[in-house]
Amino acid sequence: MTGWITRHVQALLFAAGRLARAPFSTAFTVLVIAIALTLPAAFGLFIDSMRNATGELASAVDMTVYFKSGTPLEQARQLAGRAREREGIANVEVISADDALKSFREQSGFGAALDALNENPLPHALVIRPKPDATSTAQIDALHRYLIAWPEVELVQVDTQWVQRLEAILDLLRRLILGTAALLGIGVLAIVGNTIRLEIWNRRAEIEVTKLVGGSNAYVRRPFLYTGLLYGLLGAGLAALLVWTALALLANPVGRLAASYGSAFALQTPSLREVGILLAIGAGLGLLGAWTAAARHLSRITPRA
Amino acid sequence: MIRFDRVSKRYPNGREALNGASFEIVAGEMVYLTGRSGAGKSTILKLIALLERPTRGIAVVNGRNTGTLPARKIPAFRRELGVVFQDHRLLTERNIFDNVALPLYAAHMPLREIDKRVRAALDQVGLLNRATALPLELSVGEQQRVGIARAVVGKPKLLIADEPTGNLDPELSADIIALFRRFNDVGVTVVIATHDIDIVRNSGLREIIVADGRIHQDSGGRESASPQLLPVMRADIGADPALRDDPGLRIEAKR
Repeated sequence: MTGWITRHVQALLFAAGRLARAPFSTAFTVLVIAIALTLPAAFGLFIDSMRNATGELASAVDMTVYFKSGTPLEQARQLAGRAREREGIANVEVISADDALKSFREQSGFGAALDALNENPLPHALVIRPKPDATSTAQIDALHRYLIAWPEVELVQVDTQWVQRLEAILDLLRRLILGTAALLGIGVLAIVGNTIRLEIWNRRAEIEVTKLVGGSNAYVRRPFLYTGLLYGLLGAGLAALLVWTALALLANPVGRLAASYGSAFALQTPSLREVGILLAIGAGLGLLGAWTAAARHLSRITPRA
Repeated sequence: MIRFDRVSKRYPNGREALNGASFEIVAGEMVYLTGRSGAGKSTILKLIALLERPTRGIAVVNGRNTGTLPARKIPAFRRELGVVFQDHRLLTERNIFDNVALPLYAAHMPLREIDKRVRAALDQVGLLNRATALPLELSVGEQQRVGIARAVVGKPKLLIADEPTGNLDPELSADIIALFRRFNDVGVTVVIATHDIDIVRNSGLREIIVADGRIHQDSGGRESASPQLLPVMRADIGADPALRDDPGLRIEAKR
Protein backbone atom coordinates (compact mmCIF):
# COMPACT_ATOMS: atom_id res chain seq x y z
CA MET A 1 0.00 0.00 0.00
CA THR A 2 2.71 2.48 0.94
CA GLY A 3 4.59 1.32 -2.16
CA TRP A 4 1.53 2.07 -4.24
CA ILE A 5 1.24 5.55 -2.73
CA THR A 6 4.94 6.24 -3.21
CA ARG A 7 4.66 5.16 -6.83
CA HIS A 8 1.81 7.57 -7.48
CA VAL A 9 3.33 10.44 -5.53
CA GLN A 10 6.54 9.98 -7.54
CA ALA A 11 4.65 10.02 -10.84
CA LEU A 12 2.68 13.09 -9.72
CA LEU A 13 5.80 14.97 -8.66
CA PHE A 14 7.55 13.99 -11.86
CA ALA A 15 4.62 15.25 -13.95
CA ALA A 16 4.39 18.47 -11.92
CA GLY A 17 8.14 18.99 -12.31
CA ARG A 18 7.92 18.67 -16.08
CA LEU A 19 5.04 21.15 -16.26
CA ALA A 20 6.95 23.60 -14.07
CA ARG A 21 10.04 23.34 -16.25
CA ALA A 22 8.11 24.49 -19.32
CA PRO A 23 6.09 27.33 -17.77
CA PHE A 24 5.09 29.04 -21.01
CA SER A 25 3.68 26.08 -22.88
CA THR A 26 2.04 24.86 -19.66
CA ALA A 27 0.44 28.27 -19.05
CA PHE A 28 -0.80 28.41 -22.61
CA THR A 29 -2.43 24.98 -22.49
CA VAL A 30 -3.96 25.73 -19.09
CA LEU A 31 -5.32 29.03 -20.36
CA VAL A 32 -6.99 27.42 -23.37
CA ILE A 33 -8.59 24.78 -21.14
CA ALA A 34 -9.67 27.48 -18.67
CA ILE A 35 -11.38 29.54 -21.36
CA ALA A 36 -13.18 26.47 -22.70
CA LEU A 37 -14.47 25.74 -19.18
CA THR A 38 -15.19 29.35 -18.18
CA LEU A 39 -17.80 30.09 -20.83
CA PRO A 40 -20.30 27.35 -19.98
CA ALA A 41 -19.63 27.65 -16.24
CA ALA A 42 -20.29 31.41 -16.18
CA PHE A 43 -23.44 31.21 -18.29
CA GLY A 44 -24.66 28.22 -16.31
CA LEU A 45 -24.31 30.16 -13.07
CA PHE A 46 -26.04 33.17 -14.61
CA ILE A 47 -29.00 31.03 -15.66
CA ASP A 48 -29.09 29.47 -12.20
CA SER A 49 -29.25 32.91 -10.65
CA MET A 50 -32.17 33.79 -12.92
CA ARG A 51 -33.99 30.60 -12.03
CA ASN A 52 -33.53 31.24 -8.33
CA ALA A 53 -34.92 34.74 -8.73
CA THR A 54 -37.96 33.57 -10.68
CA GLY A 55 -38.41 30.30 -8.82
CA GLU A 56 -40.35 31.75 -5.89
CA LEU A 57 -42.68 33.61 -8.20
CA ALA A 58 -43.29 30.57 -10.32
CA SER A 59 -44.37 28.42 -7.40
CA ALA A 60 -46.92 31.05 -6.36
CA VAL A 61 -49.43 30.90 -9.19
CA ASP A 62 -51.73 33.48 -7.68
CA MET A 63 -54.92 34.58 -9.40
CA THR A 64 -56.59 37.87 -8.80
CA VAL A 65 -60.38 38.06 -9.30
CA TYR A 66 -61.77 41.59 -9.81
CA PHE A 67 -65.50 42.02 -9.28
CA LYS A 68 -67.64 44.37 -11.30
CA SER A 69 -67.87 47.71 -9.58
CA GLY A 70 -71.00 47.93 -7.50
CA THR A 71 -70.81 44.32 -6.35
CA PRO A 72 -71.44 44.46 -2.61
CA LEU A 73 -68.69 43.32 -0.26
CA GLU A 74 -71.07 40.79 1.30
CA GLN A 75 -71.49 39.04 -2.03
CA ALA A 76 -67.75 39.04 -2.58
CA ARG A 77 -67.34 37.29 0.79
CA GLN A 78 -69.92 34.68 -0.18
CA LEU A 79 -68.20 33.99 -3.44
CA ALA A 80 -64.89 33.71 -1.58
CA GLY A 81 -66.54 31.04 0.56
CA ARG A 82 -67.62 29.17 -2.57
CA ALA A 83 -64.13 29.38 -4.02
CA ARG A 84 -62.67 27.98 -0.81
CA GLU A 85 -64.83 24.87 -1.13
CA ARG A 86 -63.42 24.13 -4.56
CA GLU A 87 -60.80 21.41 -4.77
CA GLY A 88 -57.14 22.40 -5.08
CA ILE A 89 -57.45 25.81 -3.45
CA ALA A 90 -54.95 26.64 -0.76
CA ASN A 91 -56.10 30.06 0.29
CA VAL A 92 -58.58 32.77 -0.65
CA GLU A 93 -58.09 36.28 0.55
CA VAL A 94 -60.76 38.97 0.28
CA ILE A 95 -59.42 42.44 -0.48
CA SER A 96 -62.10 45.03 -0.04
CA ALA A 97 -62.11 48.14 -2.17
CA ASP A 98 -61.21 50.22 0.89
CA ASP A 99 -58.20 48.06 1.75
CA ALA A 100 -57.08 48.15 -1.85
CA LEU A 101 -57.32 51.92 -1.97
CA LYS A 102 -55.40 52.24 1.28
CA SER A 103 -52.49 50.13 0.15
CA PHE A 104 -52.50 51.74 -3.30
CA ARG A 105 -52.33 55.13 -1.65
CA GLU A 106 -49.38 54.03 0.46
CA GLN A 107 -47.41 52.38 -2.31
CA SER A 108 -48.06 54.44 -5.39
CA GLY A 109 -47.46 57.97 -4.15
CA PHE A 110 -50.65 59.16 -5.89
CA GLY A 111 -52.22 60.05 -2.56
CA ALA A 112 -53.13 63.60 -3.52
CA ALA A 113 -54.61 62.54 -6.84
CA LEU A 114 -56.72 59.89 -5.13
CA ASP A 115 -57.99 62.45 -2.67
CA ALA A 116 -59.34 64.40 -5.62
CA LEU A 117 -61.66 61.50 -6.50
CA ASN A 118 -64.96 61.61 -4.67
CA GLU A 119 -65.44 57.88 -4.71
CA ASN A 120 -63.27 54.78 -4.59
CA PRO A 121 -62.69 53.65 -8.19
CA LEU A 122 -61.33 50.25 -7.11
CA PRO A 123 -63.45 47.10 -7.02
CA HIS A 124 -63.43 44.39 -4.40
CA ALA A 125 -61.12 41.58 -5.26
CA LEU A 126 -60.11 38.06 -4.30
CA VAL A 127 -56.58 36.72 -4.33
CA ILE A 128 -56.79 32.98 -4.89
CA ARG A 129 -53.79 30.75 -4.37
CA PRO A 130 -54.07 27.18 -5.66
CA LYS A 131 -52.45 24.34 -3.78
CA PRO A 132 -48.87 23.65 -4.99
CA ASP A 133 -49.95 20.35 -6.57
CA ALA A 134 -52.71 22.03 -8.54
CA THR A 135 -50.70 24.50 -10.61
CA SER A 136 -50.49 22.71 -13.94
CA THR A 137 -51.55 24.71 -16.98
CA ALA A 138 -54.75 22.63 -17.39
CA GLN A 139 -55.75 23.06 -13.76
CA ILE A 140 -55.06 26.81 -13.83
CA ASP A 141 -57.08 27.09 -17.03
CA ALA A 142 -60.01 25.20 -15.49
CA LEU A 143 -59.93 27.43 -12.42
CA HIS A 144 -59.75 30.48 -14.63
CA ARG A 145 -62.83 29.35 -16.63
CA TYR A 146 -64.72 28.55 -13.44
CA LEU A 147 -64.08 31.98 -11.94
CA ILE A 148 -64.75 34.02 -15.09
CA ALA A 149 -68.13 32.31 -15.39
CA TRP A 150 -69.43 34.07 -12.27
CA PRO A 151 -71.64 36.96 -13.40
CA GLU A 152 -70.21 39.31 -10.75
CA VAL A 153 -66.69 38.88 -12.03
CA GLU A 154 -65.18 41.50 -14.28
CA LEU A 155 -61.67 40.14 -14.78
CA VAL A 156 -59.52 37.21 -13.70
CA GLN A 157 -55.83 37.86 -13.94
CA VAL A 158 -53.23 35.09 -13.87
CA ASP A 159 -50.17 37.05 -12.81
CA THR A 160 -47.67 34.34 -13.41
CA GLN A 161 -47.84 33.76 -17.12
CA TRP A 162 -44.78 35.82 -17.79
CA VAL A 163 -42.90 33.81 -15.18
CA GLN A 164 -43.77 30.63 -17.00
CA ARG A 165 -42.63 32.10 -20.28
CA LEU A 166 -39.38 33.19 -18.70
CA GLU A 167 -38.98 29.73 -17.25
CA ALA A 168 -39.37 28.24 -20.70
CA ILE A 169 -36.82 30.64 -22.14
CA LEU A 170 -34.38 29.89 -19.33
CA ASP A 171 -34.87 26.18 -19.90
CA LEU A 172 -34.08 26.62 -23.57
CA LEU A 173 -30.97 28.65 -22.72
CA ARG A 174 -29.87 26.03 -20.25
CA ARG A 175 -30.11 23.35 -22.90
CA LEU A 176 -28.14 25.49 -25.31
CA ILE A 177 -25.47 25.95 -22.69
CA LEU A 178 -25.39 22.23 -21.97
CA GLY A 179 -24.86 21.59 -25.66
CA THR A 180 -22.12 24.21 -25.85
CA ALA A 181 -20.53 22.80 -22.71
CA ALA A 182 -20.47 19.32 -24.23
CA LEU A 183 -18.77 20.66 -27.37
CA LEU A 184 -16.24 22.63 -25.36
CA GLY A 185 -15.64 19.57 -23.18
CA ILE A 186 -14.74 17.60 -26.29
CA GLY A 187 -12.47 20.52 -27.16
CA VAL A 188 -10.70 20.17 -23.81
CA LEU A 189 -10.28 16.44 -24.44
CA ALA A 190 -8.71 17.21 -27.81
CA ILE A 191 -6.39 19.88 -26.36
CA VAL A 192 -5.13 17.65 -23.56
CA GLY A 193 -4.92 14.63 -25.86
CA ASN A 194 -2.88 16.51 -28.41
CA THR A 195 -0.57 18.05 -25.80
CA ILE A 196 0.08 14.62 -24.29
CA ARG A 197 0.62 13.14 -27.73
CA LEU A 198 3.36 15.71 -28.47
CA GLU A 199 4.87 15.11 -25.06
CA ILE A 200 4.96 11.36 -25.71
CA TRP A 201 6.76 11.79 -29.04
CA ASN A 202 9.18 14.30 -27.53
CA ARG A 203 10.11 11.80 -24.87
CA ARG A 204 10.26 8.84 -27.19
CA ALA A 205 13.87 7.98 -26.37
CA GLU A 206 13.18 8.00 -22.66
CA ILE A 207 10.10 5.82 -23.07
CA GLU A 208 12.06 3.33 -25.17
CA VAL A 209 14.88 3.05 -22.67
CA THR A 210 12.42 2.74 -19.79
CA LYS A 211 10.62 -0.11 -21.52
CA LEU A 212 14.00 -1.65 -22.34
CA VAL A 213 15.03 -1.82 -18.69
CA GLY A 214 11.74 -3.40 -17.67
CA GLY A 215 9.33 -0.52 -17.17
CA SER A 216 5.78 -1.79 -17.51
CA ASN A 217 3.21 0.01 -19.65
CA ALA A 218 1.47 1.23 -16.49
CA TYR A 219 4.75 2.67 -15.20
CA VAL A 220 5.46 4.45 -18.46
CA ARG A 221 1.89 5.72 -18.77
CA ARG A 222 1.46 6.99 -15.21
CA PRO A 223 3.33 10.33 -15.47
CA PHE A 224 1.39 11.19 -18.64
CA LEU A 225 -1.91 10.51 -16.92
CA TYR A 226 -0.88 12.78 -14.07
CA THR A 227 0.17 15.43 -16.56
CA GLY A 228 -3.33 15.31 -18.09
CA LEU A 229 -4.92 15.39 -14.65
CA LEU A 230 -2.85 18.43 -13.66
CA TYR A 231 -3.68 20.24 -16.91
CA GLY A 232 -7.39 19.63 -16.25
CA LEU A 233 -7.19 20.67 -12.60
CA LEU A 234 -5.17 23.82 -13.30
CA GLY A 235 -7.46 24.76 -16.19
CA ALA A 236 -10.56 24.25 -14.03
CA GLY A 237 -8.99 26.18 -11.16
CA LEU A 238 -8.21 29.10 -13.43
CA ALA A 239 -11.73 28.86 -14.89
CA ALA A 240 -13.24 29.03 -11.39
CA LEU A 241 -11.14 32.10 -10.68
CA LEU A 242 -12.22 33.74 -13.95
CA VAL A 243 -15.90 32.97 -13.33
CA TRP A 244 -15.73 34.22 -9.78
CA THR A 245 -13.99 37.43 -10.84
CA ALA A 246 -16.39 38.07 -13.69
CA LEU A 247 -19.49 37.48 -11.57
CA ALA A 248 -18.11 39.49 -8.65
CA LEU A 249 -17.40 42.40 -11.01
CA LEU A 250 -20.88 42.17 -12.54
CA ALA A 251 -22.74 41.60 -9.27
CA ASN A 252 -22.88 45.26 -8.27
CA PRO A 253 -24.17 46.77 -11.54
CA VAL A 254 -26.58 43.85 -12.06
CA GLY A 255 -27.87 44.29 -8.50
CA ARG A 256 -28.50 48.00 -9.09
CA LEU A 257 -30.26 47.27 -12.38
CA ALA A 258 -32.45 44.64 -10.70
CA ALA A 259 -33.21 46.96 -7.79
CA SER A 260 -34.38 49.65 -10.19
CA TYR A 261 -37.00 47.13 -11.37
CA GLY A 262 -37.88 46.33 -7.79
CA SER A 263 -36.34 42.87 -8.01
CA ALA A 264 -34.18 41.18 -5.43
CA PHE A 265 -32.32 39.38 -8.23
CA ALA A 266 -28.64 38.96 -7.41
CA LEU A 267 -25.85 37.30 -9.35
CA GLN A 268 -24.47 34.38 -7.42
CA THR A 269 -20.75 33.78 -7.27
CA PRO A 270 -19.94 30.07 -7.47
CA SER A 271 -20.32 28.16 -4.23
CA LEU A 272 -17.64 25.83 -2.89
CA ARG A 273 -19.67 22.89 -4.17
CA GLU A 274 -19.89 24.36 -7.66
CA VAL A 275 -16.15 25.04 -7.70
CA GLY A 276 -15.66 21.43 -6.62
CA ILE A 277 -17.81 20.19 -9.50
CA LEU A 278 -15.90 22.36 -11.96
CA LEU A 279 -12.56 21.01 -10.68
CA ALA A 280 -13.85 17.44 -10.89
CA ILE A 281 -15.02 17.96 -14.47
CA GLY A 282 -11.68 19.54 -15.42
CA ALA A 283 -9.69 16.74 -13.78
CA GLY A 284 -11.90 14.11 -15.41
CA LEU A 285 -11.55 15.61 -18.87
CA GLY A 286 -7.77 15.99 -18.45
CA LEU A 287 -7.37 12.40 -17.32
CA LEU A 288 -9.58 11.06 -20.09
CA GLY A 289 -7.75 13.09 -22.75
CA ALA A 290 -4.38 11.86 -21.48
CA TRP A 291 -5.63 8.29 -21.29
CA THR A 292 -6.80 8.21 -24.89
CA ALA A 293 -3.54 9.74 -26.13
CA ALA A 294 -1.42 7.39 -24.01
CA ALA A 295 -3.38 4.32 -25.06
CA ARG A 296 -3.01 5.27 -28.70
CA HIS A 297 0.60 6.33 -28.83
CA LEU A 298 2.53 4.59 -26.04
CA SER A 299 1.89 1.13 -27.42
CA ARG A 300 3.37 2.25 -30.74
CA ILE A 301 6.70 2.95 -29.12
CA THR A 302 8.57 -0.32 -28.87
CA PRO A 303 12.19 -0.42 -27.81
CA ARG A 304 14.84 -0.97 -30.46
CA ALA A 305 18.29 -2.23 -29.77
CA MET B 1 20.65 -19.89 -19.13
CA ILE B 2 20.13 -19.44 -22.88
CA ARG B 3 19.09 -22.17 -25.29
CA PHE B 4 18.37 -21.55 -28.98
CA ASP B 5 16.93 -24.48 -30.85
CA ARG B 6 16.82 -24.01 -34.64
CA VAL B 7 15.74 -20.42 -34.22
CA SER B 8 14.86 -18.39 -37.31
CA LYS B 9 13.91 -14.76 -37.52
CA ARG B 10 12.35 -13.17 -40.56
CA TYR B 11 11.61 -9.46 -40.33
CA PRO B 12 8.40 -8.01 -41.74
CA ASN B 13 10.39 -6.62 -44.68
CA GLY B 14 11.20 -10.21 -45.67
CA ARG B 15 14.83 -10.22 -44.59
CA GLU B 16 15.86 -13.54 -43.08
CA ALA B 17 18.17 -12.33 -40.30
CA LEU B 18 18.55 -15.65 -38.60
CA ASN B 19 18.15 -19.06 -40.13
CA GLY B 20 18.04 -22.11 -37.88
CA ALA B 21 20.54 -21.07 -35.22
CA SER B 22 21.12 -23.46 -32.34
CA PHE B 23 23.41 -22.98 -29.34
CA GLU B 24 23.33 -23.18 -25.61
CA ILE B 25 24.94 -20.96 -23.01
CA VAL B 26 24.97 -22.26 -19.47
CA ALA B 27 24.80 -20.18 -16.30
CA GLY B 28 28.09 -18.56 -15.34
CA GLU B 29 29.56 -18.63 -18.85
CA MET B 30 31.10 -15.65 -20.62
CA VAL B 31 30.64 -15.85 -24.37
CA TYR B 32 31.56 -13.71 -27.35
CA LEU B 33 29.22 -13.49 -30.28
CA THR B 34 31.14 -12.50 -33.39
CA GLY B 35 30.63 -12.12 -37.10
CA ARG B 36 30.35 -9.42 -39.70
CA SER B 37 27.82 -6.64 -39.55
CA GLY B 38 24.46 -7.98 -40.59
CA ALA B 39 25.45 -11.58 -39.90
CA GLY B 40 22.80 -11.94 -37.23
CA LYS B 41 24.57 -11.06 -33.96
CA SER B 42 22.22 -8.21 -33.19
CA THR B 43 19.21 -10.33 -34.00
CA ILE B 44 20.38 -12.96 -31.55
CA LEU B 45 20.74 -10.30 -28.84
CA LYS B 46 17.31 -8.88 -29.68
CA LEU B 47 15.81 -12.33 -29.37
CA ILE B 48 17.54 -12.82 -26.01
CA ALA B 49 16.27 -9.47 -24.70
CA LEU B 50 12.83 -10.19 -26.16
CA LEU B 51 12.90 -7.12 -28.35
CA GLU B 52 11.91 -9.55 -31.06
CA ARG B 53 10.28 -12.93 -30.98
CA PRO B 54 11.51 -15.89 -33.04
CA THR B 55 9.64 -16.67 -36.26
CA ARG B 56 10.51 -20.34 -36.00
CA GLY B 57 12.27 -22.51 -33.47
CA ILE B 58 12.47 -22.18 -29.71
CA ALA B 59 14.50 -19.69 -27.72
CA VAL B 60 14.56 -20.18 -23.96
CA VAL B 61 16.14 -17.44 -21.85
CA ASN B 62 16.32 -17.55 -18.10
CA GLY B 63 13.83 -20.41 -18.09
CA ARG B 64 11.26 -18.51 -20.19
CA ASN B 65 10.20 -19.40 -23.70
CA THR B 66 10.52 -16.09 -25.49
CA GLY B 67 8.16 -17.20 -28.24
CA THR B 68 5.20 -17.63 -25.94
CA LEU B 69 5.84 -15.31 -22.99
CA PRO B 70 2.76 -13.03 -22.69
CA ALA B 71 3.41 -9.36 -23.45
CA ARG B 72 2.41 -8.28 -19.95
CA LYS B 73 5.19 -10.45 -18.48
CA ILE B 74 7.89 -8.92 -20.69
CA PRO B 75 8.72 -6.03 -18.28
CA ALA B 76 9.41 -8.48 -15.43
CA PHE B 77 11.42 -10.67 -17.84
CA ARG B 78 13.59 -7.70 -18.88
CA ARG B 79 14.23 -6.73 -15.26
CA GLU B 80 15.99 -10.07 -14.83
CA LEU B 81 18.59 -9.30 -17.43
CA GLY B 82 20.96 -6.42 -17.97
CA VAL B 83 21.49 -4.90 -21.42
CA VAL B 84 24.42 -2.73 -22.51
CA PHE B 85 24.29 -0.86 -25.83
CA GLN B 86 27.00 0.40 -28.10
CA ASP B 87 25.58 3.92 -27.92
CA HIS B 88 24.81 3.34 -24.21
CA ARG B 89 21.42 5.09 -24.58
CA LEU B 90 21.60 7.28 -21.49
CA LEU B 91 18.94 9.90 -20.86
CA THR B 92 20.78 13.16 -21.42
CA GLU B 93 18.42 15.26 -19.32
CA ARG B 94 18.86 13.16 -16.20
CA ASN B 95 21.90 12.86 -14.03
CA ILE B 96 24.03 9.74 -13.69
CA PHE B 97 22.31 8.61 -10.52
CA ASP B 98 18.84 8.76 -12.10
CA ASN B 99 20.07 7.03 -15.25
CA VAL B 100 21.45 4.12 -13.27
CA ALA B 101 18.39 4.06 -11.00
CA LEU B 102 15.95 3.85 -13.93
CA PRO B 103 15.48 0.02 -13.83
CA LEU B 104 14.94 0.19 -10.06
CA TYR B 105 12.38 3.00 -10.36
CA ALA B 106 10.62 0.88 -12.97
CA ALA B 107 10.71 -2.07 -10.55
CA HIS B 108 9.08 0.11 -7.85
CA MET B 109 11.88 -0.47 -5.40
CA PRO B 110 11.84 1.56 -2.14
CA LEU B 111 13.88 4.75 -2.46
CA ARG B 112 16.30 3.85 0.32
CA GLU B 113 17.11 0.53 -1.34
CA ILE B 114 17.51 2.30 -4.71
CA ASP B 115 20.01 4.72 -3.19
CA LYS B 116 22.07 1.88 -1.76
CA ARG B 117 22.07 -0.19 -4.95
CA VAL B 118 22.83 2.70 -7.29
CA ARG B 119 25.78 3.74 -5.17
CA ALA B 120 27.06 0.17 -5.12
CA ALA B 121 26.73 -0.11 -8.92
CA LEU B 122 28.44 3.24 -9.51
CA ASP B 123 31.19 2.20 -7.14
CA GLN B 124 31.73 -1.01 -9.12
CA VAL B 125 32.30 0.94 -12.34
CA GLY B 126 34.37 3.57 -10.53
CA LEU B 127 32.02 6.52 -11.04
CA LEU B 128 30.62 7.03 -7.55
CA ASN B 129 31.92 10.60 -7.46
CA ARG B 130 30.06 11.52 -10.68
CA ALA B 131 26.58 10.63 -9.48
CA THR B 132 25.18 14.14 -9.94
CA ALA B 133 26.84 14.82 -13.31
CA LEU B 134 24.89 14.80 -16.55
CA PRO B 135 25.82 12.11 -19.13
CA LEU B 136 27.22 14.64 -21.62
CA GLU B 137 29.68 15.91 -19.01
CA LEU B 138 31.35 12.50 -19.02
CA SER B 139 33.87 11.00 -21.43
CA VAL B 140 32.74 8.31 -23.86
CA GLY B 141 34.37 5.58 -21.78
CA GLU B 142 32.70 6.86 -18.63
CA GLN B 143 29.34 7.00 -20.39
CA GLN B 144 29.73 3.37 -21.34
CA ARG B 145 30.52 2.52 -17.72
CA VAL B 146 27.32 4.30 -16.66
CA GLY B 147 25.48 2.13 -19.19
CA ILE B 148 27.04 -0.96 -17.58
CA ALA B 149 26.13 0.26 -14.09
CA ARG B 150 22.54 0.67 -15.26
CA ALA B 151 22.59 -2.87 -16.68
CA VAL B 152 23.90 -4.47 -13.46
CA VAL B 153 22.09 -2.35 -10.85
CA GLY B 154 19.17 -4.78 -10.79
CA LYS B 155 21.61 -7.63 -10.02
CA PRO B 156 20.67 -9.64 -13.12
CA LYS B 157 21.88 -13.19 -13.62
CA LEU B 158 22.38 -12.50 -17.32
CA LEU B 159 24.18 -9.56 -18.88
CA ILE B 160 24.13 -8.98 -22.63
CA ALA B 161 26.11 -6.32 -24.45
CA ASP B 162 25.92 -5.17 -28.07
CA GLU B 163 29.28 -3.84 -29.27
CA PRO B 164 30.10 -2.33 -25.88
CA THR B 165 33.56 -1.32 -27.06
CA GLY B 166 32.51 -0.11 -30.50
CA ASN B 167 33.29 3.52 -29.88
CA LEU B 168 36.31 3.07 -27.63
CA ASP B 169 40.06 2.99 -28.17
CA PRO B 170 41.87 -0.28 -27.29
CA GLU B 171 42.87 0.80 -23.81
CA LEU B 172 39.34 1.83 -22.81
CA SER B 173 37.99 -1.29 -24.48
CA ALA B 174 40.23 -3.43 -22.29
CA ASP B 175 38.91 -1.60 -19.22
CA ILE B 176 35.33 -2.29 -20.21
CA ILE B 177 36.02 -5.96 -20.92
CA ALA B 178 37.81 -6.29 -17.58
CA LEU B 179 34.67 -4.90 -15.99
CA PHE B 180 32.51 -7.54 -17.67
CA ARG B 181 34.91 -10.25 -16.54
CA ARG B 182 34.61 -9.06 -12.96
CA PHE B 183 30.85 -9.47 -13.12
CA ASN B 184 31.34 -12.88 -14.71
CA ASP B 185 33.67 -13.82 -11.86
CA VAL B 186 30.85 -13.37 -9.37
CA GLY B 187 28.57 -15.67 -11.35
CA VAL B 188 26.83 -13.41 -13.87
CA THR B 189 26.38 -15.00 -17.30
CA VAL B 190 27.77 -12.57 -19.89
CA VAL B 191 27.11 -12.49 -23.64
CA ILE B 192 28.99 -9.88 -25.65
CA ALA B 193 28.43 -9.25 -29.33
CA THR B 194 31.50 -7.68 -30.91
CA HIS B 195 33.49 -7.49 -34.09
CA ASP B 196 36.60 -6.53 -32.16
CA ILE B 197 38.57 -9.67 -33.01
CA ASP B 198 41.60 -8.62 -30.97
CA ILE B 199 39.66 -8.72 -27.75
CA VAL B 200 38.18 -12.11 -28.49
CA ARG B 201 41.33 -13.77 -29.73
CA ASN B 202 43.33 -13.12 -26.59
CA SER B 203 40.58 -13.85 -24.13
CA GLY B 204 40.55 -17.65 -24.21
CA LEU B 205 36.78 -17.45 -23.87
CA ARG B 206 34.13 -19.26 -25.87
CA GLU B 207 33.30 -17.66 -29.17
CA ILE B 208 30.18 -18.19 -31.24
CA ILE B 209 30.69 -17.04 -34.82
CA VAL B 210 27.59 -16.00 -36.70
CA ALA B 211 27.57 -15.80 -40.48
CA ASP B 212 24.65 -15.45 -42.82
CA GLY B 213 22.10 -15.95 -40.11
CA ARG B 214 23.60 -19.25 -39.00
CA ILE B 215 25.93 -20.35 -36.24
CA HIS B 216 29.07 -20.69 -38.26
CA GLN B 217 31.32 -21.93 -35.56
CA ASP B 218 31.14 -22.44 -31.83
CA SER B 219 34.45 -22.76 -30.01
CA GLY B 220 32.83 -24.11 -26.88
CA GLY B 221 29.52 -25.45 -25.76
CA ARG B 222 28.71 -28.93 -24.70
CA GLU B 223 28.26 -30.68 -28.01
CA SER B 224 30.56 -28.53 -30.03
CA ALA B 225 31.79 -30.75 -32.80
CA SER B 226 33.32 -27.99 -34.84
CA PRO B 227 37.02 -28.18 -35.54
CA GLN B 228 38.90 -25.08 -34.47
CA LEU B 229 39.48 -22.95 -37.53
CA LEU B 230 42.45 -20.76 -37.80
CA PRO B 231 41.62 -17.19 -36.91
CA VAL B 232 42.71 -16.04 -40.34
CA MET B 233 40.30 -18.37 -42.06
CA ARG B 234 37.57 -17.46 -39.67
CA ALA B 235 37.83 -13.82 -40.50
CA ASP B 236 37.59 -14.47 -44.20
CA ILE B 237 34.88 -17.04 -44.31
CA GLY B 238 32.03 -14.59 -44.30
CA ALA B 239 33.49 -12.68 -47.21
CA ASP B 240 34.43 -15.45 -49.58
CA PRO B 241 31.39 -17.07 -51.23
CA ALA B 242 33.33 -20.16 -52.14
CA LEU B 243 34.24 -20.77 -48.52
CA ARG B 244 30.89 -19.71 -47.21
CA ASP B 245 29.04 -22.22 -49.35
CA ASP B 246 31.47 -25.03 -48.69
CA PRO B 247 29.41 -27.68 -46.88
CA GLY B 248 32.48 -28.86 -45.09
CA LEU B 249 32.94 -25.51 -43.47
CA ARG B 250 29.31 -24.92 -42.68
CA ILE B 251 28.82 -26.00 -39.13
CA GLU B 252 25.24 -25.54 -38.33
CA ALA B 253 22.89 -27.03 -35.83
CA LYS B 254 24.21 -29.03 -32.97
CA ARG B 255 21.41 -31.51 -33.16
